[in-house]
Amino acid sequence: MKFAVIVFPGSNCDRDMYHAVQDSLGEEAELVWYEDADLSGFDAILLPGGFSYGDYLRSGAIAAMSNIVSQIKQKASEGMPILGVCNGFQVLLESGLLPGAMLRNKKLKFMCHQEELVVENNQTQFTSSYEEKETISLPIAHGEGNYFCDKEVLADLEANRQIVFRYGDNPNGSVGDIAGIINKQGNVLGMMPHPERATEAVLGSADGLKLFKSVVNHWREAYVAGV
Amino acid sequence: MNTVKIFITLKHGVLDPQGKAVQESLNKLGFPEVKGARVGKYMELQLDSQEDIDRQIEEMCAKLLANPVIEDYQYTIEEGTVQ
Repeated sequence: MKFAVIVFPGSNCDRDMYHAVQDSLGEEAELVWYEDADLSGFDAILLPGGFSYGDYLRSGAIAAMSNIVSQIKQKASEGMPILGVCNGFQVLLESGLLPGAMLRNKKLKFMCHQEELVVENNQTQFTSSYEEKETISLPIAHGEGNYFCDKEVLADLEANRQIVFRYGDNPNGSVGDIAGIINKQGNVLGMMPHPERATEAVLGSADGLKLFKSVVNHWREAYVAGV
Repeated sequence: MNTVKIFITLKHGVLDPQGKAVQESLNKLGFPEVKGARVGKYMELQLDSQEDIDRQIEEMCAKLLANPVIEDYQYTIEEGTVQ
């Protein structure tokens, strides 16, 4: 399986993402510079964390206007798995691929530590290797991870089981303790915690690896097993 | 040339942690009368267009400058440039 890791000016978790796929997972990954990208030939798209365009204006807002995002939207509509982590999640929100918006953390502090999450929905192609309600530990590292949406959108997310991860002890003030959501079609996942920084025990947790394994398993079942 | 002054604020009902910090600081400084504070953004655009200015600004705000999920905006248009 071949993963594209999109690199924007200011991305700084791109190599972590590359390492997670290439070394921990043992699949193929390629760093793709946002400007001259051609996404044909890839099986999944990863939007890494960092500070695309220095977070100028709003986190992820300027990256969301770049040409690559129209290609990503096209791939999303075709059903390709797309994972946005941290700034990648912010880009997915700003581009409208996922509902809601990010506010600054409730206590205004940049936070960087390990957090416990609950897997709320393990019936997605990103979470099938987890148990339902499994508690996992992933690092967070963000100043604007306070997820916001209005009541109607929140009710919609709940009703469609689009809330995939919730914080055990909400660190940033997100509505509904939301740490990660998926689109209705089930192929675009955005999350603030970093699964790519938790793929080996030596990193403090290997709980993130199951997310990438789920994606590969789903892809193999869908495209390889049937051949 | 026109100068467009755009004010972007968080919608009412949306938590504004920055505004809350400003309010608390003012209270501590001896201004207990401050019961609320909101922090927003101010932008100034120099626009070289004669017509359809409102439509252009609305489009700019909707597409990029404001996030309609959390922010409201208002603007004024003044003739000439501001130094």
